Amino acid sequence: MKAAPFDYIAPATVDEAVRALAAADGEAKVLAGGQSLVPMLALRLARPTMLVDINRLPGLDGIREASGTLEIGALVRQRALERWAAGRSPLFAEVLRYVAHPPIRNRGTVVGNVVHADPASELPALLLALEGVVVARGSRGERSISADRFYLAPLTTALGADELATAVRFALPRPGSGWGFAEVSRRHGDFALVGAVAIVARGADGAVASARLAFFGAGGTPARGVAAEQALQGRAPTSALIAEAARAAAAALSPDGDIHATAAYRRRVAASLAERTLTAALARCGEGA
Amino acid sequence: MTKRAVRITVNGIEHECAVEPRATLADLLRDELDLTGTHVGCEHGVCGACTVLLDGEPVRSCLMLAVQADGQRVSTIEGLAPGDGLHPIQEAFWAKHGLQCGYCTPGIIMSTCAFLRERPDPSREEIREMLAGHLCRCTGYHFIVEAIEAAARALAADPHKH
Repeated sequence: MKAAPFDYIAPATVDEAVRALAAADGEAKVLAGGQSLVPMLALRLARPTMLVDINRLPGLDGIREASGTLEIGALVRQRALERWAAGRSPLFAEVLRYVAHPPIRNRGTVVGNVVHADPASELPALLLALEGVVVARGSRGERSISADRFYLAPLTTALGADELATAVRFALPRPGSGWGFAEVSRRHGDFALVGAVAIVARGADGAVASARLAFFGAGGTPARGVAAEQALQGRAPTSALIAEAARAAAAALSPDGDIHATAAYRRRVAASLAERTLTAALARCGEGA
Repeated sequence: MTKRAVRITVNGIEHECAVEPRATLADLLRDELDLTGTHVGCEHGVCGACTVLLDGEPVRSCLMLAVQADGQRVSTIEGLAPGDGLHPIQEAFWAKHGLQCGYCTPGIIMSTCAFLRERPDPSREEIREMLAGHLCRCTGYHFIVEAIEAAARALAADPHKH
């Protein structure tokens, strides 16, 4: 199907983009890579009157690593981060390989994916697990929204109608952390039925110094596995403890059932993936994430 | 909506067109420039039939607005082979029966072109991972995988043809 007609502007500055968004009063959509928006336009699930194309804005295409933080500008394509991650971050490299397909990643932006807030998408869960923030510029200036307050419902975030997400910041895992990532999908590159990502650090005594776990595809928003994180904190991670922690985290989820999988199936897979990713993360401790 | 002027270089030739903001790059290629070798299947990014190269990288031409292609360089299946001959990838698809109805083929070949440049000697698993972004309802993919392996060998033997 063809998109319904809309007007189009390509502002030259962030301020101009924010003014256009404010003037459109919620009727405008931001166009970056377009890999989520254009399908929604084509299916007429979204019918904005105006697209604000941010591709010509200067200064938003940077990947900056400084003092344990990775900042990614709004025009960084997923493919660019994938290439950056090769040889630098096995965690980011692995996660990005599962985000759709290369032709989509060549256009799709990291920030766009995070802000689109598809609950089955990988990067929002990674942002949550790495305690990231979304940097937004609006009519009233700039603010940072932490990932745990950003996701409100499927495709719904705390971003205001007049706000443009200019960057996301990931808190990089501390050196020596281990990571685990797994998802179940019908085909490679599909949205996950369920997925999980875990980052774990261990103390000198082998006990868990910190554990972070996030799920995707297991509810209306990405979700932290707080029950598992707390169960593991400060403890010697035996396989029995990991399994128990994974079950507790999955029990706290509220997955939806749909034509692809029932809620009960998703919960069961979530427990299994949590166990697998936590185990992998513990085994990789010392290697770096 | 008012039409916008777009200046675009396709297969080395510069064009200037006027398009509605909602027109996709695929619409521009097919309807304005009559380059109908780029096929449109699902029109929402799933099937991969419309894949073209944007500055050498594969992209879905149905997921990019034509206005966004202003000032850009695009390669389509029509520009792959010089003259009337076949490009080594096209030749491999022909030799290995890597197509039946041919609808998905231009997209797969354009993706393969960029893929083999990045991975000149891919494993079967890597080929299959790349092909996950392309739907073929005829072949069952076996002959497509074989065609890509054959193309990789041909290009390795004669790299200036890439």
